[in-house]
Amino acid sequence: MIIPHPILGPRDAQEFVYLGDASLIDRPDGMTAGIEEFHDYLYQRTNPAGEHQELWYHEQGDRSWLVVTRNTVTHEILKVELARDVARARGRTK
Amino acid sequence: MTQPNRIAGGQIDRTRTLRFTFDGIPYTGHPGDTLASALLANGVRLMGRSFKYHRPRGPISAGSEEPNALVELRSGARQEPNTRATVAELFDGLEAKSQNRWPSLRLDAMAINDRLNAFFTAGFYYKTFMWPRSFWERVYEPMIRRAAGLGSVSREEDPDAYDKGFLHCDLLVIGAGPAGLMAALTAGRAGRRVILADEDFRMGGRLNAETFAIGNTAGADWAAATVAELASMPHVRLMTRTAVIGAFDHGIYGAVERVSDHLAVPPPGKPRQILWRIYSQRAILAGGATERPIAFANNDRPGIMLAGALRAYANRWGVAAGQRVAVFTNNDDGLRTAADLKAKGVEVVAVIDSRKGEVVIDTRGRLGLKAITIRDGAGRTRSFSVEALGVSGGWNPNVNIHSHHRARPVWDAAIAAFVPGPEGPPGLLVAGAAAGVLSTHGALRTGCDAARAALDLTGAAPDLPQAEDAPVRISPLWHVDHGRGRAWIDQQNDVTVKDVKLAKQENFTSVEHLKRYTTLGMATDQGKTGNVIGLAIMAELTGRSIPETGTTIYRPPYTPVALGTLAGRSRGKEFKPYRLTPSHYWAQEQGAVFVEVGMWLRTQWIPKAGETEWRQSVDREVLATRKSVGICDVTTLGKIDIQGTDAGAFLDRVYANTFSTLPVGKCRYGLMLREDGIVFDDGTTARLGEHEYVMTTTTANAVAVFRHLEFCRQCLWPEMDVQLISTTEAWAQFSVAGPNARKLLEKVVDQDISDAAFPYMAAGNITVCGGLRARLFRISFSGELAYEIAVPTRYGDALLREMLARGAEFDPIVYGTEALGVMRVEKGHVAGGELNGQSTALNMGLGRMVSKKKDSIGMVLSQREGLTDPEGYRLVGVKPVDRNGKLTAGSHFLEKGAAPVAANDLGWLTSKVYSPHLGHDIALGYLKAGDRRIGQRMRAVNLLSGQDTEVEILSPHMFDPEGERLRG
Repeated sequence: MIIPHPILGPRDAQEFVYLGDASLIDRPDGMTAGIEEFHDYLYQRTNPAGEHQELWYHEQGDRSWLVVTRNTVTHEILKVELARDVARARGRTK
Repeated sequence: MTQPNRIAGGQIDRTRTLRFTFDGIPYTGHPGDTLASALLANGVRLMGRSFKYHRPRGPISAGSEEPNALVELRSGARQEPNTRATVAELFDGLEAKSQNRWPSLRLDAMAINDRLNAFFTAGFYYKTFMWPRSFWERVYEPMIRRAAGLGSVSREEDPDAYDKGFLHCDLLVIGAGPAGLMAALTAGRAGRRVILADEDFRMGGRLNAETFAIGNTAGADWAAATVAELASMPHVRLMTRTAVIGAFDHGIYGAVERVSDHLAVPPPGKPRQILWRIYSQRAILAGGATERPIAFANNDRPGIMLAGALRAYANRWGVAAGQRVAVFTNNDDGLRTAADLKAKGVEVVAVIDSRKGEVVIDTRGRLGLKAITIRDGAGRTRSFSVEALGVSGGWNPNVNIHSHHRARPVWDAAIAAFVPGPEGPPGLLVAGAAAGVLSTHGALRTGCDAARAALDLTGAAPDLPQAEDAPVRISPLWHVDHGRGRAWIDQQNDVTVKDVKLAKQENFTSVEHLKRYTTLGMATDQGKTGNVIGLAIMAELTGRSIPETGTTIYRPPYTPVALGTLAGRSRGKEFKPYRLTPSHYWAQEQGAVFVEVGMWLRTQWIPKAGETEWRQSVDREVLATRKSVGICDVTTLGKIDIQGTDAGAFLDRVYANTFSTLPVGKCRYGLMLREDGIVFDDGTTARLGEHEYVMTTTTANAVAVFRHLEFCRQCLWPEMDVQLISTTEAWAQFSVAGPNARKLLEKVVDQDISDAAFPYMAAGNITVCGGLRARLFRISFSGELAYEIAVPTRYGDALLREMLARGAEFDPIVYGTEALGVMRVEKGHVAGGELNGQSTALNMGLGRMVSKKKDSIGMVLSQREGLTDPEGYRLVGVKPVDRNGKLTAGSHFLEKGAAPVAANDLGWLTSKVYSPHLGHDIALGYLKAGDRRIGQRMRAVNLLSGQDTEVEILSPHMFDPEGERLRG
């Protein structure tokens, strides 16, 4: 696969490390959330056949974490964003 | 030496003669021959034995689709089994051997299987090797394994190199027949970067095998002229002997180039093969079509081949497969074979055209075709004496690569074949015969059109040269139903019409079931010649149409790939990269023994003269360190610089314990959890400035921790002002441990490092040897008075030599990872065996380190019920009650008298060493409620090594539990 890096352009997927569902960005606050909420955060994932937002790390590159929107059936890549921007847009700025 | 079946013409160089042997018998051929064409020229039709029935077999094709003519090439370490004689390029001195026969190809004892064929039908394995159960492993499996497989391997190391390479292009053209050549020419003339790849050693595809003209020239000459024009274009790369094996994502294609397969030995510096990864903007599949046979009784004898192959041998290689030949066809293309052979002076004794009601019903000839029996339209039978029979059941477009993304081919009744459907790999177009366009003109036209469409070329389409444009006239015939003789469909896996009937009878009627039940198409040729006949016969039997029956699809690779090609250079010592520590060359001079730790080679121990056993060296290194001073290279531990105004707060969130309160100039042990509450990693982190920390990680997790910290920084807390950089390779770091550690360091360190100036857990920037910048940490893994000193990596070797020289009066030794392990077990420090990815801080006796006053990764889930069980595992120390008793890591704890069964299991030994200081084995282990069992006696049982040792449970801190030595 080729991942179009928002800063570095098209890069071979071999340069990246895959983590998983981009919902891992939405970590609850450990001082207010309990075990149930953390359990759901950590273990409950959707497994779509189709469009999926996922985290990739450009380990052999600029060390950016990316949110890649990819079709898991066709491997078509629909969108690639810096995870930092996605995290900020989701309100992780406290 | 004569070649009795060599006739005039062909693209071979008759001015040169090549010598080769087959099963030890010498023959000759010419440059341009394949092994198959040369053997046929010499009158050799019998080239192998079939897989199951050991039937005598010869080639049926002249290409990579060949199911039968699989041979062993070369000898010694270069011996290569299961090579298709039809694509093996002849070279002088080639040694070839037949396979799957004993004692000889002509007389094969296992041919008894053919007589017993009634027992070896589809599903034979599933039905026969069932009972008794006790026979599965002892009798059936060894028997099947002996009988299975074709060639043999040399069991010697392959002396050749295999490379991997990367290529980029605007357009990849797969196949260099008329369609591919025209596509490449169109794109090349437009100035685009083109790669044209063909598995053959001569470009031109069927143009080399036919007598067609293109414009005013012979097809083969037009191909040669086109190749010459393409070769003159610097932006076009022509790749012969290169099979494109798969279509992967986003325009990436895999290809195998057989760089030196056609040579006895690769030229100096050249690899045997290259696995290419081709990045293409667009691609055109112009892979042509493969002819299919018709099934009739005894249609597998050597001498019976595809009509197009018979024609190719005559036209391209100047070889008549026999002196008297016949042709059996259901379409016009088969008639070309008869015409071409007649034109070459070969006697064509019969043309059997099924469209006139004529069929071949049987054949004779045990080791090669001698005669055929036909039935004419009026039902009369007749026999002809022939040496070769060309069979044409129509042509199947090579849709394989087009279906690598699971696209299903669709049935085209006009040519009675599956063609590529509308789906398919994005960016891939199909042209020529691969697209079901079977005329030469059609190939040129669709090749040109595909290139124009792929590259968005504008302007008028170029004029195409005149070429044959005959329509396809075919009346499908899949098999001849006559008599009891077996009719082969898949010759490589010995699947017959009868097997398909049995599959139908037993209700394995879906194509996927048909395939698995009969093994149709599951051999190395992936059923290139047989699949469509098999499923067409199933369609007939079930009364469904072929589109209703459907087809299986193809996976990469298109043709078999040697494992060595996939491995490339990653074998032996080069299997993965390895890194050397700064002290490596010094250690090598001392004769050190090295061990792989992650990607590093570390010193394991350094034997001294007279030491014959590793324990002698390790014991000496431990005792010398604890007596005076030892130095260990700990560069491999991960080092991460963490800076920013939020650096302290960031560490509070990634470590279970607190770091924001750590004073500048101090370090602290840190425990890092995963979000699920399991311990991830540990290490010491020092605060070198208000906003500057340096973290150490374990060697194994250096990469993973850094990745995790970047995740936390970018994805979880993007607002934090914190920057990370890995400095593992930037600093050479040595542990200096033992009662004389400070005295030794005082010889090299420029500053005051007395206990008052540099107390336990101090950290700071210093200089050594009169000004070289360095870092010093007063931390201890060994339990001794110890420091870790770091200098820029390029000074590591010099620092080590300097410390040894200046501190010679203290008899310093350098110890390796084994001594390091002994000392850390003595002190009860956790490492690999305990940091096993399943253990919590509580398990390790470090539960109180997890601060609940702040949010940190893993804090919440570490409090889950299952992880806080007071009866759960706790880290303990272990010693044998009898000091001579032996412990083994992995042994399980049992109560005295308890049976050694899982229900009584109380835990296990995680790490075991011999403590030279204590004089007996010691171990660490996880024991249920271990913290309440200190002082108890139980057993450490190892059923694998037969050990059952009475042990005493101790605190994990087995040496200097009060820590007096490290504060000294």
